[in-house]
Amino acid sequence: MNVTKKSHVPLLTLENLRHEGLEAAALELEAGDIALVSGPSGAGKTRLLRALADLDAHSGDVSLEGRHYLSFKPWDWRRQVGFLPTESHWWRKDAGGHFDTPPQSETLKRLKLDAVILKRPVGQLSSGERQRLALLRLLQNAPKVLLLDEPTGSLDGDSAARVEAEVKRYLKANRAAAIWVSHDEAQVKRLASRRYSMREGKLERQ
Amino acid sequence: MITLTAWDLALASALVCLSAALTHALRLATAGRLLVASARALVQLLLVGLLLKLLFARADLLWVAAFAGVMLAIAGYETLARQRRPLTGVWGYGIGTLAMFLSSFTVAIVALTAIVEPNPWYTPQYAIPLLGMLLGNTMTGIAIALDRMTQTAFDQRGAIEARLILGQPWREAISDIRADSMRAGMIPTINAMAAAGVVSLPGMMTGQILAGSPPLEAVKYQIVILFLIAVGTIFGTVGAIWGASRRLFDTRERLRLDRLRVPPEGH
Repeated sequence: MNVTKKSHVPLLTLENLRHEGLEAAALELEAGDIALVSGPSGAGKTRLLRALADLDAHSGDVSLEGRHYLSFKPWDWRRQVGFLPTESHWWRKDAGGHFDTPPQSETLKRLKLDAVILKRPVGQLSSGERQRLALLRLLQNAPKVLLLDEPTGSLDGDSAARVEAEVKRYLKANRAAAIWVSHDEAQVKRLASRRYSMREGKLERQ
Repeated sequence: MITLTAWDLALASALVCLSAALTHALRLATAGRLLVASARALVQLLLVGLLLKLLFARADLLWVAAFAGVMLAIAGYETLARQRRPLTGVWGYGIGTLAMFLSSFTVAIVALTAIVEPNPWYTPQYAIPLLGMLLGNTMTGIAIALDRMTQTAFDQRGAIEARLILGQPWREAISDIRADSMRAGMIPTINAMAAAGVVSLPGMMTGQILAGSPPLEAVKYQIVILFLIAVGTIFGTVGAIWGASRRLFDTRERLRLDRLRVPPEGH
């Protein structure tokens, strides 16, 4: 077998990202990494994730597996760099209408969700149920990088632990990585393979 | 044809004053606005009558085109004024006006050269009223559709961005809003056709009958006009929504609500 050693390319790199008072000099993710970003509200954590998902205009270079974001079609980039906002939005009547194929019952069970809720009007679901379904909705695109904005913000302890386990499981199975915004110090300690802080729009490695 | 005298106009005006007095007595606070609107209608229509008299006397293509251009410019402004959150820059005025121009003028020219066929085809007695009716209706349709789309996009930013985030191209992310807005713009025209002759006698037909045309001749004209208006409105609305929705996204397919004007405080 002929194995040539390739020069190593990180999964996601960010250089000199700037956008409306936001400054992120450098960030690098390898497959399996979880970069925890913490900092006071209003510091720019959400803006960072929005810029990475290319939802807001920004300058600087972001690359996925060495490929610059501008060389992706915008929708293709967003499929591969999947953003989960704090608040989920829905445009079909029931939650199930947002899935190409409905999530498997085992997956739902792991997140303590009942398959019945897929048929219920979205407005009747609790914010915790919506948050977990939004994660599953995002994962069906099989993104290589997850941008998670307080994904356990409206969950109780048990559900939060299940979401953490599900994300870890996903990252491992898909050789993906995540940037995870969290206020919860215990969660940061539990999950972080890299830690960043965001203060007054500045992202710094810790 | 029975001509009206100044006395006839005065009598109608007196009736308006009477109804103004009534609304004043009922404290509806509309008396002033009613009088101003009536006065405006009186002056504007008299002026237009004079202008048309001059125009009809000339019947020159250049003059007809200039008159049509002014009508288009005013219709464009009116389309803009009827939107709460129009696009910023020249786009706010430009997209609606261009859509109106392409649809109304095309339909008017087809109607003049292939259906009504006056000689010459730009005979102002035919061209100007025809274009006026087309512009008036297309304007309403485009204004309603654009207003609906920009307002809905503003209100549903989260849902549109959720769709972008999940990897939908911009066209798909705004597709429901686009269809809904086009529908809203076309509904007045469709309703007008459905109600024509049953609930209301359309204005043009009524006018022709008053001027002495045989009813069936008037009806034939009205049918043609209604169909032309429907075609013009549909093309205009589709074009305006197509252009404006594209403008709501940039080249990286980001939703750009900063390209909408911020409405003044209050409603």
